[in-house]
Amino acid sequence: MSTESRPQPSGPPAAPRPPASIFGPPRPMGGLGIPAQKAKNFKGTLNRLLGYLRPHRNALAVVVIAGAIGTVFQVVGPKILGLATTKIFEGYLAKASGAPGAGIDFDGIRRLLTGLVVLYVIANAFQYLMQFLMANVAQRTVYALRQEVEAKFDRLPLKFFDTRTRGEVMSRAVNDLDSISGTLQQNLTQLLTSVLTLIGVIVMMLTISWILTLGIVLTLPLSLVIVARIAKRSQKFFMQQQAALGALNGHVAEMYGGHTIVTAFGHEQRAIATFDGLNAKYYDGAWRAQFVSGIIMPTMMFVGNLGFVFVAVIGGLLVTRQSIAIGDVQAFIQYARQFSMPIMQLSGIANMIQLTVVAAERVFELLDEPEEAADAPGATVIAEPRGAVQFDRVHFRYKQDVPLIDDLSLDVAPGQTIAIVGPTGAGKTTLVNLLMRFYDVDGGSIRVDGIDIREVKRGALRRTFGMVLQDTWLFSGTIRENIAYGRENASSDAIVEAAKAAQADHFIRTLPENYDTLINEEASNLSQGQKQLLTIARAFLADPAVLILDEATSSVDTRTEVLIQESMHRLMHGRTAFVIAHRLSTIRNADLILMMEGGRIVERGSHHDLLAAKGRYAALYESQFAGRAVTA
Amino acid sequence: MLKLTPFLGPHRRQLALVLVLALAQSLANLLLPRLTSDIVDQGIVRGDQFHILEIGGLMLLISLLATAGAIAGSYVSAQVASGFGRDLRGAIFARTERLSVHQFARFGAASLVTRTTNDTTQVQQMLIMMLTMVIAAPMMAVGGVILALSQDAQLAWVLVAVMPVMAVVFALIMRGAVPLSTVMQVKIERLNLVLGEGLSGVRVIRAFDRGARQRQRFDHANLDLTNTAIAVNRLIAVLMPALILMLNFTSVAIIWVGSHRIDAGVMKVGAMFSSLQYAMQILFAVFMVTAMFVMLPRASASAARIREVLDLEPEIADPAAGPVVEAVRLPGGKGHIEFRNVSFQYPGAEEPALTGVSFTAHPGEMTAIVGGTGSGKSTLAGLIPRFYDANDGQVLLDGVDIRTLPQAALRARIGFVPQTAVLFTGTVAANIRYGRDDASDEEVRHAATVAQALDFVEAMPEQFASPVSQGGTNLSGGQKQRLAIARAIVRRPDVYVFDDSFSALDFTTDARLRAALRDETVHATVFVVAQRISTVINADRIVVLDDGRVVGVGTHAELLESNEIYREIVSSQISLDEVA
Repeated sequence: MSTESRPQPSGPPAAPRPPASIFGPPRPMGGLGIPAQKAKNFKGTLNRLLGYLRPHRNALAVVVIAGAIGTVFQVVGPKILGLATTKIFEGYLAKASGAPGAGIDFDGIRRLLTGLVVLYVIANAFQYLMQFLMANVAQRTVYALRQEVEAKFDRLPLKFFDTRTRGEVMSRAVNDLDSISGTLQQNLTQLLTSVLTLIGVIVMMLTISWILTLGIVLTLPLSLVIVARIAKRSQKFFMQQQAALGALNGHVAEMYGGHTIVTAFGHEQRAIATFDGLNAKYYDGAWRAQFVSGIIMPTMMFVGNLGFVFVAVIGGLLVTRQSIAIGDVQAFIQYARQFSMPIMQLSGIANMIQLTVVAAERVFELLDEPEEAADAPGATVIAEPRGAVQFDRVHFRYKQDVPLIDDLSLDVAPGQTIAIVGPTGAGKTTLVNLLMRFYDVDGGSIRVDGIDIREVKRGALRRTFGMVLQDTWLFSGTIRENIAYGRENASSDAIVEAAKAAQADHFIRTLPENYDTLINEEASNLSQGQKQLLTIARAFLADPAVLILDEATSSVDTRTEVLIQESMHRLMHGRTAFVIAHRLSTIRNADLILMMEGGRIVERGSHHDLLAAKGRYAALYESQFAGRAVTA
Repeated sequence: MLKLTPFLGPHRRQLALVLVLALAQSLANLLLPRLTSDIVDQGIVRGDQFHILEIGGLMLLISLLATAGAIAGSYVSAQVASGFGRDLRGAIFARTERLSVHQFARFGAASLVTRTTNDTTQVQQMLIMMLTMVIAAPMMAVGGVILALSQDAQLAWVLVAVMPVMAVVFALIMRGAVPLSTVMQVKIERLNLVLGEGLSGVRVIRAFDRGARQRQRFDHANLDLTNTAIAVNRLIAVLMPALILMLNFTSVAIIWVGSHRIDAGVMKVGAMFSSLQYAMQILFAVFMVTAMFVMLPRASASAARIREVLDLEPEIADPAAGPVVEAVRLPGGKGHIEFRNVSFQYPGAEEPALTGVSFTAHPGEMTAIVGGTGSGKSTLAGLIPRFYDANDGQVLLDGVDIRTLPQAALRARIGFVPQTAVLFTGTVAANIRYGRDDASDEEVRHAATVAQALDFVEAMPEQFASPVSQGGTNLSGGQKQRLAIARAIVRRPDVYVFDDSFSALDFTTDARLRAALRDETVHATVFVVAQRISTVINADRIVVLDDGRVVGVGTHAELLESNEIYREIVSSQISLDEVA
């Protein structure tokens, strides 16, 4: 959960879940006293979660039976041990009374103990069987859930990803599923054995003495009341602790995120002072919460000891009156001990299950997100796209009350270049989003080669376009695989050809393993410019009819930039191109320039028309390029 | 883990108290079975009901004492563990704040956050567990064996014998499980990587219509992880039944051996009774230790990560307290910066980032630093506020080596604007005042005006009192950058350092801002790191860097005339626009 690779510096602090260890013991205890978040629809979510277990119902039936057998056999043990003790005691008394030939009945004891050994072996074998089967059930169930989440991502509209942070989505797909996995693996079988043990122990105790049983069972409500009261008190402190922890983590994340600035402005001492204050506040809540929840174990043990003393005393008295045998007292003492364990476990499990249902609810919320509309029935494929694009009276808004694109019409002939210019945040990518059908138009239509893009299969439509963005996305894999991303089953020659066309071949050959060099997670073994060249190679390989380019800006040094520009120009040759333009050359040679501002197209026309109009474009051009052109 | 023990030092007394309390608690818990054997031997066997009641009363008293001891122990250990965590956290934070920018970058902010928060929590939890559960375990085990020995040696050997067997079984299972769970961790990370890539690359994946391939990659990683998880959990499933089976066998053995000892008349029935209790108590203790062993690898990994930070000595230290170095009065005002043959190499780097850099900048002048990526521009800028120190040569402020100045005094005279703007939670005004605490409202407003931030600030619902959310997410990149610039302006520094700070601005704003800045900085020394020639064309001095060396110093016109590399940079930009 807290590996280095997955820090969660911001956002609301997660409940201090005990480590989702793959091992058993620490989990249930940690569940005590931690306030559970409330599920919105506990029952519905639980039922839905259990629905995922349905494919495994046969295995689960075996799990329940194995658990039952294992528990029953285990629970019978002390009774038989008690019988043996009684035999020993009787033999001892007889011998002490000096009766002739009297002594301990070793044959009888051997028979009892041999039987018991067999019983114990079977009991534990079944316990193992139960856990063994559950491993499969739990992991397969989580596997299926993960698959479903991944498949869901594929069908969600881009809007979903644009309006959420990556951390937010990852937390549902990773942490919440972890939660579910842990509970399925451990808590379900624990629940089963705890309940069965509790019932079994009560039944066994009843076969010995109802008075003693009553005494022990009466400790049950006592311990429940104690746990409930302590848990309630500790909740207050846990909440205080969580609030303080949230503030503390927030401060740490912020100060570390801005370390350079904190240093540059000499505010280290102030940062430390704030931290110390928050840290002290956290300490106040933390030790109290820790203390109060730490009381639960000893008090439960005290209640257990009360039962123990009760059994020893009353049992002893009953033996002297000969209403029960001495072995029964011994068995009873063991039962009394076994009695408190499942109760403690159950209160922990109840809490864990609540947490799990909350996690499941968050996962299901994700699974219930509205999906992208499916391809229209009879959706076509543009067989040999030429690259003619028409916007016909297009209306579009991200938010209903914020006007964006109104009544936009545009006619692009195959091979033309459209430059989109404007300040940062002017909404240049909105056009790209519409064209690629990442978002659907609200009104009007967009046509490629005369066909409404809503009547084309999404996949096929997108294959018509090639995209090279400033935000170079590469995945961890070899260089070869990353270029081959442009076209399925591309031959090795084709990949090298594409790299050559993109002028990437040269630098690739300087890498230690050429085309088989692995790109690491952050792609830090490549420079920004090299990454950009790879994405261009990828687009070359895809060989699309229409290009969408986002020209590189200042993140690359100017000489690399020349290389990238040359490659891009080569790529544009003979294709329709939409270019988010920062370069004078692109703009000037474009067939059409769209000047965008505040999400709207404010001017359109050729370079000369727009300059002559002396509008926004002309002003932008003056400020940006004119001076430079002159000095050069 | 052990290396963090100094942090337990201040809690020595409390720790001793915890130990004593744990001992008392263990003794009390062990006495209970002993007393049961008294009930059997002296009460039941003799039929003495009064004695049974008497001992019963004693048992109640003892369990009350045990509980009181446990609660007191919990109280003290909660304070010790939380206090330990607090001190540790405080130490890490204080140390981190003193790290140089370069040392800091070696870890990365995210990793340091994890170390300060999650890792300390991990260690703290481990400590709590040790204090409340684990330290009592060996006492219980040893005490149990001693008490059993005192009753009947032969029977006690059963208890002694079972412990190494348990240890071996446990070790065997762990030997299989620990490497497997390491493998599992790797596979979890792989799955997260694939998932994360799918999320950040969603546009590209859809653009190339490669959703099927992404699903296939995910499925592969998912299945791989699932299979390992099943294997691990199946192995772990052996643990509990195996340990319980051993407890079961121990009970059977006690009865069997006991029956013979009783028959021989060397042992009483009560001793058999109590031995069964001891067996259970000892096993419970073993479980506790088991649980600790399970948590230990995580906690010690956390401790090691914490140690890494604490062991790091800050690279940049203040000069030892002594007479304050008097600044040399140089003509033309304050803020002269001189680089005198400065070389700098990042620790562990193969090549120096800067070699033999020399030039001088004066108040009222703008010095631009240009060069390709990796040529050392930002490194040079970072040497001025001492983000790192030169390995060779000197950086002088008004004729004084900056290493002889206290860091705070040096940085108070510098207004630094980074490449990507960083703002803090708080109001707009508070963010600007970060530059100078005692700036008046008027000065804050003026700084915002110069930084071209006034328009958008006034358009915000509460103007200067408007909140800036964490990381400044409610502002655009350009807006954040302008506030970062205002923050430097309000400082009224002698030296400005703009580290490629204008890239997030649109061109009109950029031009207006630079014009306004010229008026504001007439008496200051200004450094501008830039990519674009258009930004630096009017600079008084352009320093051209190539591979960490100064290859030219001069005005635009001079350099265009005489400097090959500068011409190359210029022509590359021009060619992009004019020639291509």
